[in-house]
Amino acid sequence: MSLLKIAWKNILQRRVASLLTSLSIGLGVMLMVLVLVIAGAVETAFTQRSIGYDLIVGPKGSDLQLVLSAVYRVQPPIENLPYMYLEQIQKDRRVVAAIPLAFGDVTQQGSFPIVGTTAQFFENDYMPGRKFRFRGGRITALFDAIIGSEVARTNGWDLNSKFSILHGGAQGSLHDELFTVVAVLAPTGTANDRTVFLNLQGFYAIEGHEKPIDEVEKRLRDFYAADPQRLNSALQQLQDYRQRRAANPDVPEGLAMDSPPAMQEVTAILVKTRPATPFDAISLSSELQKGFQAMAVNPIRPIQRFMASVVGNIQKALVVLTAIIILVSGVGIFVSIYNSMVDRRREIGVMRALGAGRHHVFGIILAEASLLCLGGAAGGWLAGHSLAILASPWVIQQTGLLIDPWAVNSIEAILFPALGLLGILVGFLPALTAYRTDVAEALSS
Amino acid sequence: MSLLLENIRKTYRQPEGGRLPVLGIDQFQLQRGEQAALIGSSGGGKTTLLNIIAGILTPDSGRVVIDGRDIVAMPEVVRDRYRAARIGIVFQTFNLLPAFTALENVMLGMTFSGRGVDQSFARDLLQKVGLGHRLHHSPKRLSVGEQQRVAVARSLANKPVLLLADEPTANVDPANQQLILDLIRDSCREHNVSLLLVTHSMEAAASFQRIERLQDFNRPELCAPERSA
Repeated sequence: MSLLKIAWKNILQRRVASLLTSLSIGLGVMLMVLVLVIAGAVETAFTQRSIGYDLIVGPKGSDLQLVLSAVYRVQPPIENLPYMYLEQIQKDRRVVAAIPLAFGDVTQQGSFPIVGTTAQFFENDYMPGRKFRFRGGRITALFDAIIGSEVARTNGWDLNSKFSILHGGAQGSLHDELFTVVAVLAPTGTANDRTVFLNLQGFYAIEGHEKPIDEVEKRLRDFYAADPQRLNSALQQLQDYRQRRAANPDVPEGLAMDSPPAMQEVTAILVKTRPATPFDAISLSSELQKGFQAMAVNPIRPIQRFMASVVGNIQKALVVLTAIIILVSGVGIFVSIYNSMVDRRREIGVMRALGAGRHHVFGIILAEASLLCLGGAAGGWLAGHSLAILASPWVIQQTGLLIDPWAVNSIEAILFPALGLLGILVGFLPALTAYRTDVAEALSS
Repeated sequence: MSLLLENIRKTYRQPEGGRLPVLGIDQFQLQRGEQAALIGSSGGGKTTLLNIIAGILTPDSGRVVIDGRDIVAMPEVVRDRYRAARIGIVFQTFNLLPAFTALENVMLGMTFSGRGVDQSFARDLLQKVGLGHRLHHSPKRLSVGEQQRVAVARSLANKPVLLLADEPTANVDPANQQLILDLIRDSCREHNVSLLLVTHSMEAAASFQRIERLQDFNRPELCAPERSA
């Protein structure tokens, strides 16, 4: 009979006390696992090594907000850029792809973000080396839509499902247009899973998305204040458009099929520069920062800064807190075993009389403490991940975080050795008591 | 020879200082397979003597030779293993471990001998003491007599050369006393194990051919004066 089996039998003998002490460890481990799973989901969601683009161009403002809104779609957009600016960037020799994004609306059901874009968005890798996969067809009609996997799952939508959208967020007014799902994206593990994509022209065609000409003119004057040549070109387009509309007052507003580029806007531009010349992104970014009212940001850096300064510290604090809970539970195991030593003195004496050496009884007590710690850890680990499985649909719905309940954090890898060590530490003093037990006295007690 | 005691001296430290002489035995021996009853009054040093023979206590001086080896001279680790392999002990209060079944209690006796656990032999032993149908019962589900029978089986688990029985019938009801005694003696005979049974009861010792009174050969006054001062 191995020492481990003897230890296990002793644990079963005091099953209620053992269960309670082990449970306290398990609860601590469960909390730690949950913290790590959620922190892992946050980290995975916000520190993608790359989003497949080198720069994100948007109106001047917070670079973090631009990335959070354009890539992660968890923040409202800052403002819009003239569509002409997109054309300007697309013509730059350093740019391989400049893909417009227009967003700000959400679905009526589930409040998933709406993004108007072009087919080029789906032709590019959403992450380096990873291409979009679809089920269904292509966008051919103005109000066709492609939906992310999570949107399909949560809303129960499939091909040919029809839906409405709200203007400007969950509290906005309902647009009249009805959209039809023509394709469902395969899961990507990114914000695209919970996004609804529209044809950019369809996005412009939604009633209410076209701004009054005077407002557009004012914005263009502000934006191109330092570039009179482009400003004049834009103002000329507006003038022509104004005349066309005056000549055809029956054309309903919003169906802006004939509206010139000067009337259109994009919310952000995803830019991919030439892969062979990595400095293109840096030079383009610094050029774009100089003029106009735009900025170009690296999609990774603001997030890394945010993670390091806020999320990272919160995660550390929570991990330390759960570690303290586990340590306190360890003290509980120590107290439980130590208190039992008085009752078990005679049993230890009997074992010694049967030929067990001091090292045997020492080992048995250490094994008991370690088994309680490791058993609690195993239970807590399973409970933590199981709870993550159960909670993941709710978390996804509430926060948009895509949780991988079985993702194992590196801290978890050291959890079991650490708890084995904790078992040895908390078992040491009771084991020493067993080691020092006077056999003759114990037998006569 | 199974057991030889030579010049055993044992004193205990007293709370008020000085030492209390307990054992002063010049010689005592037990042949292989021999059975002896040792009678002594309460507080006369019987249990101390048994503990010294078992290697649980060490004498102040003297030799305890079991199966040809002096256990006093052994390092503690070796002595523990030697005890497990060569000496069986039946306690007055049975001392079965409550966490283990009857079978496991017997196997526990084998665990520390270094010879490995022979489960079929443990089963055989329990069969022979009439507990073949109680192998997986925990001690609390066994009667007092059954518990002592498990203890007897456990004491023989390592095929010892010497069995020490400390008042083995003291806690057993009168109807079972002779049964337990016969069981111990028959088992020792069957396995050619020497038996030293310690008791304060003449009744328990009556059936033994060799009956020793501790006070007849124990002279505590032999302990060195400086030790007993």
